[in-house]
Amino acid sequence: MPKIKAINFNFFYAKTQALHSLNLEIKLNNLLTIMGPTGSGKTTFLRALNRLNDRVPAARHAGQLLLDGTDVYAPKVDVAELRRRVGMVFALPLPLPLSIYENVAYGPRKKGINSRSRLDTIVEKALIDAAIFEEVKDRLNSSAQHLSGGQQQRLALARVLAVEPEVILLDEPTSGLDPLSTFRIEETLQQLKKQYTIILVTHDPLQAARINSDVAFLYLGKLIEVGPATEMFTRPRNRRTEDYITGKFG
Amino acid sequence: MLDQEKWAETVLTVVGLSAVAILGLIILFIFKEGLPAFTQVGLWQFLTGTDWLPSKGKLGILPMIAGSFMVTAGALLIGLPLGLGCAIYLSEFATPRTAALLKPTIELLAGIPSVVFGFIGLTLIVPFIRVFFGGPGFSVLASSLVLGIMILPTMVSVSYDALRAVPLTYREGMLALGASEWQTVKMVVLPAARPGILAAAILAMGRAVGETMAVIMVAGNSAIVPGSVLDPVRTMTSNIALEMGYATGLHRQALFATGVVLFVIISVLNIVARAVVRRK
Amino acid sequence: MPREDKIMLFLIRLAAAIAVSVLLFIVGYIIIQGLPTLSLRFLLSSPTDMGRGGGILPGIIGTLTLTLVSILIATPLGVGTAIFLTEYTREGMFANLVRFGTESLAGIPSIIFGLFGFLFFVIRLNMGWSILSGALTLASMILPTIVRTSEEAIRTVPDAYREISFALGASRWQTVTAIVLPTAGPGIVTGIILGLGRAVGETAAVIFTAGSSLRIPRSVLDPVRTLPVHFYILAREGISLNNAYGTAAVLLIAILLINLSAYLVMHRISIRNGGG
Repeated sequence: MPKIKAINFNFFYAKTQALHSLNLEIKLNNLLTIMGPTGSGKTTFLRALNRLNDRVPAARHAGQLLLDGTDVYAPKVDVAELRRRVGMVFALPLPLPLSIYENVAYGPRKKGINSRSRLDTIVEKALIDAAIFEEVKDRLNSSAQHLSGGQQQRLALARVLAVEPEVILLDEPTSGLDPLSTFRIEETLQQLKKQYTIILVTHDPLQAARINSDVAFLYLGKLIEVGPATEMFTRPRNRRTEDYITGKFG
Repeated sequence: MLDQEKWAETVLTVVGLSAVAILGLIILFIFKEGLPAFTQVGLWQFLTGTDWLPSKGKLGILPMIAGSFMVTAGALLIGLPLGLGCAIYLSEFATPRTAALLKPTIELLAGIPSVVFGFIGLTLIVPFIRVFFGGPGFSVLASSLVLGIMILPTMVSVSYDALRAVPLTYREGMLALGASEWQTVKMVVLPAARPGILAAAILAMGRAVGETMAVIMVAGNSAIVPGSVLDPVRTMTSNIALEMGYATGLHRQALFATGVVLFVIISVLNIVARAVVRRK
Repeated sequence: MPREDKIMLFLIRLAAAIAVSVLLFIVGYIIIQGLPTLSLRFLLSSPTDMGRGGGILPGIIGTLTLTLVSILIATPLGVGTAIFLTEYTREGMFANLVRFGTESLAGIPSIIFGLFGFLFFVIRLNMGWSILSGALTLASMILPTIVRTSEEAIRTVPDAYREISFALGASRWQTVTAIVLPTAGPGIVTGIILGLGRAVGETAAVIFTAGSSLRIPRSVLDPVRTLPVHFYILAREGISLNNAYGTAAVLLIAILLINLSAYLVMHRISIRNGGG
């Protein structure tokens, strides 16, 4: 059974349709890169998966979006629990107005974990897995606002890892970062995909090529093509895919 | 955890209704206590009667309605030009430093309690009017001056914000066409800020109509329609405050009925104000 | 410069000069006239002979207790309403009703609050002239101030914080307590202080609900006389001009300090936000 499966999934903001009959599968502990230009529906898909789109007035969906075979929109689904299973890193690397430690401990605390020693363990492990521990271990209690952009984005990743999710969604996580910080995030993702199911959204075909995983190409809310990066970048089946990866639009 | 969330939502919904509930209670209690006076005296008689002699059962509040209107009009005549002028100065002509110093100062002074304004009126303005213009000093003029000064902070602060909200590009466009600074203010800035300035004026008017203590101290409080600005005057608010302490029976109900009339007038003002601001 | 410009500019400057100097004059005049009366004795002793002699201790205690109790009542209601409006309801009929109630309440004159407090708290709920009656009346009066400033403060909290919090599995209430309220804290505190300033200077709403007793209260069901009421009685009945000036000076200084601290709290936020 695929970890995530979209069956004829549509999404609407008021009268605007953002996703058209999307059919897509992601296998367990696999990394899928979704690429596409602005307005292609990539972010909408992510925000449907953790139901953050619930906050948007007049947003609605049709079709099915399955996580482990259960529709995430099923009435019995506990949304907070869903969001713990499906973590998300946003495009803007923004720390919560708390210390570095409390940023990472935020999710576990809200889940009801309050023991200091347990939190210490969780925070340390999350920071190590997000490859930022060495840089911040001596100033865990200072404000997270003073970290660099790249560090803040790795902190955001640690914040998600601390909740022990099954799926990690990353919405253009490197769009505001310098090449070196981008490289470090990509490197970390290669490690993490062994234990997590990951969806990375990017508008940059080069990033999709570097990640070299399965790639889905979305355009104007429709899935144009999906397949391994090596195939898509050498033998695109669709002309629009070819135009996009060769930089003719986007 | 879910329970906590449900609790929070329920409690906050109830709390959110507190303002509405208080408003409802105010209307309920004031109207319930005041309405008998309308039926016993007769609504028309109550509103247009010129005699207020509670001991003789004559309960007409026309002098007080007239008093409130005269005093408020006088206050606006003094407070609006001064306040608006000050706001225009701070927003358009003062250096940023001066504006940054004076705006908060004026807002700070918005906190001066009304009794202090009344006291200044009592010790300085009333004797001044008595000496230089004649009459008792306690007068429409004294009340208007006190209220006119009192509404200044509101008037300055709200219309300043309205003026500042006019985009800079409007001004630059006019100046680029060769208009002078005042022409720019007159033809572009003031029209664009008009809804906000109107809202400020209506807010100030509401404050003047509703003020009690400051007016009592300088108005003289005779329940007759004043013949000139130097005559004493009694407003609706003073009428309530002056006699609440000892009134009983129909007299007391008539005071609450005065409150009802005041409430209706203020509500109309507020509805107009909201409509004006919405149009912005 | 055109002639019209010169005249108008002169008039505008004149208006500004008059407005500012009149307000400053009032503060200066009261404080200078009151200064000779001010002493520790004046602050810490009870009045004698209806206020002709002695000090204003009961007035200070009355004002402090009354305004503190009213803030304790109004803060949870006001901040709660603001949270409800910003975090728990979308724009619609219900939000409009709450907003209509708050705005209407803000426009009601204090004498009407006094009448209402007298009818409802003093008589109907049988609390008599007391700190509790007065505080409940004042709380109703300052509620809109606290709602408005808190709502403004909460709306400045970046929505991205909420999204991060929700995405980590936090509930709405957890997000409010852990992120929204701490971030909006200074703005909310400013609103509470402004409400406090208004409550301290209020006379009409208090005189019919808290009474005018000069005795020092022993419980919240005892009547009190606040400083503005004491001052009003001294001034209007011509009991003692000196003590009236002294009382007014104390009241004015207290209110200016309160409003100044509100301004400073607010100013610190804008510096922090502006400076990153």
